[in-house]
Parts: sequence; C-alpha cells; structure tokens
Amino acid sequence: MMTHPQTTSPVPAAAEAKPASAARHGGGRPRARLLGQHPLGILFSLPYVVYVMGVLAVPFGFAVYISVHQYYFTAPGVDVDRPFVGLDNYVSVLSDPAVQQSFLNILVFLVINVPLTVGLSLVLATALNRVRWLRTFFRVCYYVPYVTASVAVVGVWLFLFQQHGLVNSLLGPLAPAPSWLVNSWLAMPTVALFVTWKQLGFFILLYLAALQNIPNELYESAAVDGGGRWVQFWNVTVPGVRSASVLVVILATITGANLFTEPYLLTAGGGPDGASSSPVFLMYQKGILQGNPDVAAALGVVLVAGILVVTLIQKRLVGGKEE
Amino acid sequence: MDTDTTSTTDAAPRRGTRRPLGAGSIILLALGALAFLFPFYYMVVGSLQSSPDTSVAGAFPHPGNLTVQNYASINDSINLLRALVNSGIFTGGVILCTVVFGILAGYAMAQMRFRGRGFVFALMLLVQMIPFQLLLIPLYIMIVRDYGLGDSYLGMILPFAINSTAVFVFRQYFLQVPASLFEAARIDGAGELGILFRIALPLVRPALVTAVLLTFIGPWNEFLWPFLVTKDASMQPLAVSLANYISTVASATSNPFGAILAGACVLALPAVVLFIVFQKQFTATDLGSSIKG
Repeated sequence: MMTHPQTTSPVPAAAEAKPASAARHGGGRPRARLLGQHPLGILFSLPYVVYVMGVLAVPFGFAVYISVHQYYFTAPGVDVDRPFVGLDNYVSVLSDPAVQQSFLNILVFLVINVPLTVGLSLVLATALNRVRWLRTFFRVCYYVPYVTASVAVVGVWLFLFQQHGLVNSLLGPLAPAPSWLVNSWLAMPTVALFVTWKQLGFFILLYLAALQNIPNELYESAAVDGGGRWVQFWNVTVPGVRSASVLVVILATITGANLFTEPYLLTAGGGPDGASSSPVFLMYQKGILQGNPDVAAALGVVLVAGILVVTLIQKRLVGGKEE
Repeated sequence: MDTDTTSTTDAAPRRGTRRPLGAGSIILLALGALAFLFPFYYMVVGSLQSSPDTSVAGAFPHPGNLTVQNYASINDSINLLRALVNSGIFTGGVILCTVVFGILAGYAMAQMRFRGRGFVFALMLLVQMIPFQLLLIPLYIMIVRDYGLGDSYLGMILPFAINSTAVFVFRQYFLQVPASLFEAARIDGAGELGILFRIALPLVRPALVTAVLLTFIGPWNEFLWPFLVTKDASMQPLAVSLANYISTVASATSNPFGAILAGACVLALPAVVLFIVFQKQFTATDLGSSIKG
C-alpha cells in the first residue's frame, strides 16, 4: 500500500540487490551511509530537536548570559547598552536578606515535606498493595488531589485554616494565635503540609510500581525466619524500594525548589514578613515586578546550583548503602 | 513520569501481592482516604452555603443555608465560560503538540535508524534535567518581550508544547513493538507515515490515552506561566483568573469563600471527572499486557 510514496525510505537490502542503481549515486555509496538507513527519521525528530533548542537550550544559555550582565527590559528592537558586570548580580543576590530568608524557608519546607512524603507514601503504598478490597476506590482517593489544580484546592485550605476556620473550631483553645497562615512560625509548615497532601498520590504511585519488583519469596523467607510485619517492612520492603526512594526524595526536593503558587496564594505572597516567601517568588518579584531580570536570573542560577548540590547529597545518603 | 506499573498487580497476582489481607491496612487506608477526600467534600459544601459556616456543624450542610448564588457571583467577577474556553485552548494546544510531535520523535527514535539518533536521545535525557526555574526569566524576556506573545495562546502554549517525558513514553512503547513488523511493511512498500498511522499507532493506543491524560494535568493546572504571560483578563485560563480573584478581589466581597470555592469546584471538576472516567487507563498502560491480552 503506497499511500504516501513521498515518504518511502530506501530499503538497504533492495539497494544492495541492485548494484547498478547504487553505482549511479557516484562511488557506490548509498544514501544510507550519510543519513542512516531511514533518513526520514531526521525529519520526524526535527520538530522536537528544534523545539528543545529554541525553548530550552537557548534560554538556558540566555539565563546565564543575563545573570552576568546589567540587563534591562526594553521594547522589542530597541538597542540599549547592557554592560558585562561579572558576578555583581550574584553578589547582590547572595547578600540580600530576603533571598537568604527564602532559602531558609525552602529548607524548612524540605525538612518537613521530604521525610513526610517518603514515610507516608511508602506506608500507604504498602497498605494499598496488600488489600484487594476497595483498592480502586482508595487509589482514586489518593490520586485526586494530585490531578486537581493547586489553585482550586488552595481555596479549601484557606477556608479550613483561616482564623475562624474549621481546623481552629476543632482545636478550640488549642488553636494557634496568630492563626496558621499568618503566623510566622507556622506559615511555612502549613504550606509544606499542603504540598505533601497535594502531591502524595503521585509518590504513592511511584512506590506501588517499585513494590511490584520485590519478589514474594523474600517476604516468605522473612516470615519463615519468624519476622513479623514490622520486621518484613524494615528488612524487605524498605531496602527493596531504595532506588524508588532516591527518586521520591529528589522529585520532592525539586518540587520544593519550584515552590511558587502555594505560598503565593496561601500566604498572600510569601507573608507574614517574608516567612513563607520562596526563591521563585522572589524571582518573580525582582525580575518581573521590579524590572531586574539580571538579578532574578542570577537567583535562578544559584537556586539550581543549590538544588543540584542538595540532590547529590541526598542521593549519597539514601542510595549510598548499595556500594 | 512513569505511572503505568500498578496494573501489573491486577494481571500478575504472583508477585508481592498475595499476602494476608490486613484489617490494619484497611483502617489505615480508610483514614488516609478520609483525609484526602474531606477537603473536596468541604469544597462542594462550602460552595453551596449562602453564609459561611466554619463551625463543626457547618461541615454538614443545613438545607436552609444552601444556595447556588456563589456560582452566580463568581461568574459575575470572572467570566467562567470564557476562562474555561481559555483553559481548554491552552490545554488542547499543549496536548496536540505533545502528541503529534511526541509520536513522531518517539517512533523515529524507537524504530528508525538515522544519523543523529544518538544525539536526539542524549538531548532528550539532558533537557529533562534543566529546571524550569532557570528558564523562567529568559523565557519571559523572549516570549513576552521579544516576540510580543504576551496575552496570546501561542505564548502560553510554547514553553509546554513538547513534553520530553511524552517523547520518552512513546519511545518506550514503540520499542516494544517488534521491529520485524515494520520491516515487513517496508518491504511491502509502505511509506513511513503509512506504517506509523496504520500499524504503529493502533498498537500503542494505551500510550496515547496515558499521554493525553498526563499532559492534560499540566497545562490545566498550571498557574505561574500563564499568570506571567496574560495580563488581559479575557485571555486568562481559569486557574489564573481564580488565583487573581483569591489574591485581590475576594476580600472586598461579602461571602468571598463561597465564591472562591464555587470557582474552585468549576476548575477542579474537569480534571477529576476525566481522571475518574479514565482511571483504568491511568494505570493499566503496560503495552505488554495490552497487546498480548
């Protein structure tokens, strides 16, 4: 069926069978030598490559370029002098107390969010893996917050955690004052709790996948050796899902580094007094609201470098026992 | 991300699952489910209350306190239909680009030998490591300032248009189709596009559904980028309009939470419904089992 004759690629077997036609291509080298057996593959993957270059690689280089220049926003086509300033933008980023505060906030976020995410998703995935009854129902429950827009569920959390909200009604005299989201000690932990709840379904799914790869015999032999549930969990399940744990920790860390929407909406733009501002929020504030894209780009580079270091350390700590 | 492996439990009960059914597990899961579902229940209840009742009794709707006024009032502040259409165009554009270009690239990388294939593969792995935070400012300058694509659908779609994860998923699926199938078709004289549409695509239909579902969640829920790109309210996706309502307008209204929660329900509903309807495909995407079984 030759519905698309223009897309037919040369079949090398056929080319070899007809040396006369190959000879006509000068030197007897078929096109296969230059572009590969299926040159059309180049055309098929071209849009993706062009896209990746234009939307990821070029901006990546541009980010680094902006961060070492004094950069202004201008109207398109207007040429202004944008002098090279070396590390000036980095110095002003690192010496900014608001930036330091935002990194501290992310640290608080990670200290709460990462262990909670790993612990809860592993325990819930293990339980989910064990039951047959209502399994689909439970899976849907855990996955629903993940598929729902942050903006939508933020609304409910605002309603729940406001001064006279349901959470404080339930707590009665134990309710914190000032309330959760306006309390500089509790704002970031509340954001961390929200994100943990929102993302947990995704990590449960990752662990569920990893649990399939643990052979049942390991549990059986642990049971034969007299190990109870708890022993089996610690000695079979936890080591068995180690590589998934590395992934969960890294992905949860990256989520934390990307934090913007949740503190922006839950705590009215990173309040109280910057106690829940995030680096990405400051990038938005400095870069776009205050018109200093150079400083914001430097902040982006610092953030990414920081995350890289943290991720490598985590990889060592969580996955290190395998060596 | 790879979300497809839970299905193997249903198909292959021999691995890891045939363990005593614990009552403890059920109780744990039920408690978890309550914590996960309650906010959604409260969202619906809150959106239907004419005056906000934040006491414990308020969690159980009182017939006299129910109204759909909140939906009308959020619709007065945000043109819900317009915002939903914007969300739809944004999401649809992203899905279309992701699927079309993802299939082409994924198929080429799995089943075609061409010069530069290794380079494309390396590129795909590399870009998955570039974090979006770093690109935020340069993309804003390029797309909004230089290309003048602020307040346009193209500007919203561009940074999300092709998802490397989707390319990877499609490549994995196409790899599982035996190459001999394609070789036979090529010898029969079929063109590559013909092979792709007539042979490859029908075989990887589950991958298509997964890719569409996974891609849907991203742009439908995305806030930061469309928030930066759209200043014109008539161009904003619902997530952005609702967020702006939460952060600015809400405090001036009599029952702000009712209106916010009504908007939240409208925003949440499509994704939740889609997920529940396609729940099976969300997990049962193992090509191995789907073409064998």
